[in-house]
Amino acid sequence: MGNHTKELTKGIFKENPTFIIMLGMCPTLAVTTQFINALGMGAGVLFVLLFSNIFISLLKNVIPNSVRIPCYVVVIASFVTIVEMVFHAFLPSIYEALGVYLPLIVVNCIILGRAEAFANKNTVLDSALDAIGMGIGFTLALSLIALIRESFGSGTITFMAIGSWDGVIKVPFFNKWPVRVMSLAAGALLLMGYLKAFFNWNTARRSAKAEEGKA
Amino acid sequence: MKIIAILLTYIFINNFILVKFLGLCPFIGVSKNSESAIGMGLAVTFVTGTASVVCWCVYHGLLETLGLEYLKTIAFILVIAALVQLVEMVLKKMSPSLYKALGIFLPLITTNCAVLGIAIINIDESFNLLESFAAGVAAGIGFTMAIILMSNIRERLELRPVRRYVKGVPIAFISAGIMALAFMAFDNSLLTNLHLA
Repeated sequence: MGNHTKELTKGIFKENPTFIIMLGMCPTLAVTTQFINALGMGAGVLFVLLFSNIFISLLKNVIPNSVRIPCYVVVIASFVTIVEMVFHAFLPSIYEALGVYLPLIVVNCIILGRAEAFANKNTVLDSALDAIGMGIGFTLALSLIALIRESFGSGTITFMAIGSWDGVIKVPFFNKWPVRVMSLAAGALLLMGYLKAFFNWNTARRSAKAEEGKA
Repeated sequence: MKIIAILLTYIFINNFILVKFLGLCPFIGVSKNSESAIGMGLAVTFVTGTASVVCWCVYHGLLETLGLEYLKTIAFILVIAALVQLVEMVLKKMSPSLYKALGIFLPLITTNCAVLGIAIINIDESFNLLESFAAGVAAGIGFTMAIILMSNIRERLELRPVRRYVKGVPIAFISAGIMALAFMAFDNSLLTNLHLA
């Protein structure tokens, strides 16, 4: 059982797709201007990743090796189309906000990467757990970036509007004097650079600690 | 006039990398030296140009007449994958020297967001065939420009002292961020001032 838990948790921290493996950068930076968009994108990717991993793992003995990449892409594109239709029908505001980045989940390297590196070699259960872990890791990373960008850039944190509550939390200080550049494209790139540097430092510190523990 | 406006929009104002973040993976991955950056840029421009035209034809000629618009994502990605394969084979046969220069980048392009991105944007903006082609080429040129600038910056950074944890990818992102700040100078007022809007 311990092995299964490892498949699930590795994607969240140790092999976080965004900060450690650096895959799927395009949507990460583009949709993180609002917290709710990041959650929507994360949910979409999680869904596609889960089902494509399950299906590819099921089909791994049927798909001929030489045409495996086109087959994976078709499987992934089908699930992306489902996600698109569901968002269009039930979450029209997020569908509008995500725009072109929603169909672009097809070419998100995380999904093809997991299919190629994990799902075509492992059992269905492990692949599903791997997908859930990676999906959650991706969603967490996106939420973190969005949280920083939105609270600094416009002084708000936007959730879903529920009932009479419009779903917007106002951040004191930044609401009055926002750091506008954070919500623009340049801010996203700068923030990503500094976050990656932070995670590099963190990984190095951890492995140094592990070395010390061994010695 | 509209064509010029589209060219300016996708090269400068909506630069694919610095504003829209499409094609960021090769931008960070292949920008370590300027030779491969130029190769990647040219290969992308070639494919975005042709893919725009082919995807436009597939959408308006095939999907729309059959009422299957919702299949556009699947159809486009298949068309692009087939197109890239075809381009690779044709280049190999017709021009081995060009194939040598661009060949290794071509397989990477199938999963480049920029190509699928421009195909979908063309449909969303309801461009006609010529406008789609212009947008595709312009997106490619914008990508090429950004990746060449970036590779030059990174070649110089190699020789500079950079803190250990910031070295490599983080400093590349930060440089790209500063470049994006500079590109903020181009906005829609450019079109207005040129009387193109």
